[in-house]
Amino acid sequence: MITKIRPAAWLWVLLAALTMGLQPGPALAGEPGGDAAPKVELVLDVSGSMRARDIDGGSRMAAAKQAFNEVLDATPEEVELGIRTLGAQYRGNDRQEGCKDTQQLYPVGPLDRTEAKTAVATLAPTGWTPIGPALLKAADDLQGGEGSRRIVLISDGEDTCAPLDPCVVAREIAAKDIHITIDTLGLVPDAKTQAQLSCIASATGGTYTAVRHKKDLSRRVNQLVDRAAEPEVTPVAVEGAAECAKAPELASGLYTDREEAGTHRWYRVALKPGQELRASVSVAADRAVARDYGVLLRATTLYGREIVRGQEAGDGRTDVISTGLRYPRPEAGSDDEADNAAETVCLRVSNSFAPAPGVKTAPGFPVELTVDVVDGPDEASDVAAFGLGRGWWLLAVLVLAGFLGGLLWGWISRWRVTVWRTN
Amino acid sequence: MGVKLMGVRTIAAGTAAVLLLMTGAGAAGAASPSPSAGTGGSGPAEAGTSFRTAGEIEAAGRGSADASTGDYLYWSFAADAGQQPTVRATVRVPETAAGRSSSAWQLDVYDGLRRRQACRYGVTTRAATAGEREVELVCALRTVRAWTEPWAVDPLPGTYYVRLTAVGLAKADQGLPVHAEVAVAAEDVGGAAAVDGSLAEPLVPGIAAAKSGDEADSKAGRTVAKLFSGEPEDGWSSGWWTDRWLWTAAGGLLAALAGVWGYRLTRGTGRPSHLPPGT
Repeated sequence: MITKIRPAAWLWVLLAALTMGLQPGPALAGEPGGDAAPKVELVLDVSGSMRARDIDGGSRMAAAKQAFNEVLDATPEEVELGIRTLGAQYRGNDRQEGCKDTQQLYPVGPLDRTEAKTAVATLAPTGWTPIGPALLKAADDLQGGEGSRRIVLISDGEDTCAPLDPCVVAREIAAKDIHITIDTLGLVPDAKTQAQLSCIASATGGTYTAVRHKKDLSRRVNQLVDRAAEPEVTPVAVEGAAECAKAPELASGLYTDREEAGTHRWYRVALKPGQELRASVSVAADRAVARDYGVLLRATTLYGREIVRGQEAGDGRTDVISTGLRYPRPEAGSDDEADNAAETVCLRVSNSFAPAPGVKTAPGFPVELTVDVVDGPDEASDVAAFGLGRGWWLLAVLVLAGFLGGLLWGWISRWRVTVWRTN
Repeated sequence: MGVKLMGVRTIAAGTAAVLLLMTGAGAAGAASPSPSAGTGGSGPAEAGTSFRTAGEIEAAGRGSADASTGDYLYWSFAADAGQQPTVRATVRVPETAAGRSSSAWQLDVYDGLRRRQACRYGVTTRAATAGEREVELVCALRTVRAWTEPWAVDPLPGTYYVRLTAVGLAKADQGLPVHAEVAVAAEDVGGAAAVDGSLAEPLVPGIAAAKSGDEADSKAGRTVAKLFSGEPEDGWSSGWWTDRWLWTAAGGLLAALAGVWGYRLTRGTGRPSHLPPGT
């Protein structure tokens, strides 16, 4: 939507520029082009098991190659695409060597379709399945830039490089780099592979798909690449404090943080009279957690008085638990400077997720915080709009009152005429 | 009497004129001429996988998803004051190796502050029974009010999020291709739900940051991703028009007529016949 800027609008632009210079700027990024180009890395398992011929009669490798060709054809222009393989080189039996076997087949950058396709065509199923190390390297490949970043992992087997748990690796990648999502696809997966791949996906807010047919594979990878191309608002990393006095001050925007189970995170927002604070928080369950859970968002004054709270509880399978609150601050009563000063509102986020036994507590659960400071609402002075009435009862009462009023008026005037006549 | 009747007529005509004026102005005030934004293209909105990436359903529109069981599917839509939105979701149950999936599906609706919203009626969690190919879920939301106290969780004008997901997912059911559709319909309740007060801005996430960024960006010719850019069909209502104006004005008019009638009753029917003219 392109709008013509009127002269008055220039004033606003100037004003906005001035205010943005003074305040911490709005925490929204995500414009396409330049630094913000979305990056995708396809990570393909080329381990020996990919030779198995059980996808629509062809080998898994053939299905993957065909899917890659289709995806490379359909990749949107703005997406920077890279390809990494795991288990493509080392044929030996040394686990140490096999677990280092991951290489970048095509670097992340503007896509040359022919070159990428040629590179994919050379692949032959070979070695081990070092998923963890491959994910770490893939995260490095995607470094830099402001756009969304996505790793699409296509594998047919469990990681063979314990003790490095790829699920823990994924969680650490997500904690270190806030924009990365890992989507996983399992080719004819067994139960163990399935558990591992879906664990990797949920650790980063990604998705898991089980692939049994060739067309499912290319369609899904295409969909994921397209999703990366869609402009999205990327949150800004912030670190909440353990008490309000030391908490970071937030302007309107979208933020992300980490919170371990059982800890509190504090943030501060400056609110002028006549403004409304809107805050919402989502705490993500990025690992196995106990069945019941909850989240609490409290807005308090600097002195600890609670103003308003948002709370939510739930049970069962979930990605996030969210709640929100709004706090309109009344208009100042006078022009006093003290009355018109901004008030510090303390926001406290706490959650009652309990990691399942044996699941690491660090890094903490991902927290997404939206803060909006807008103009305050018009307070209601009545239940109904403007105190107006509605309905047949209202009409009956008015008609009755009017009728009685008319009668009374008539009698009074008659009485007055009689009095005047007799005089 | 002729004069009196004339008077009544003038009042009636005058009131009617005022009423007409008000309705005209009201319609103009309620319907700002901005086209609804949203996904722009026709066809159902593709689902996102988080609050941030939720697919925007246009007013009274549809959303669809080709996803995997276990995905969390998100859509968003705009609801304005005086509406009662109803969300319907249909999930085509995926086939597993061992027959149809037995997982239960769940529909949750959240408001612009990501607060979970209650449903007046409708089944929000259900598994397909034997022989069923589709699972249908419904959530009829409460009436959206123009204003509530900050401590209330009542629905307010703004963004609403729909989350559709499988709960109690059996291990073997994970990652299967599944197709789901969502439809949002909004019924207008009218003046019965018109409350006093109004929000300065609808409950749209990121609206403050989007506003301060808008001027600078339209100058630079950039488009910035927004958390939500949709609007109701006729734009957000200005909040001052309600049919309570008509009821109240009509009530006043009827009261005036009743008053005239009452007055006339006390005067008898015209001039007494036994009086000679000129007295």
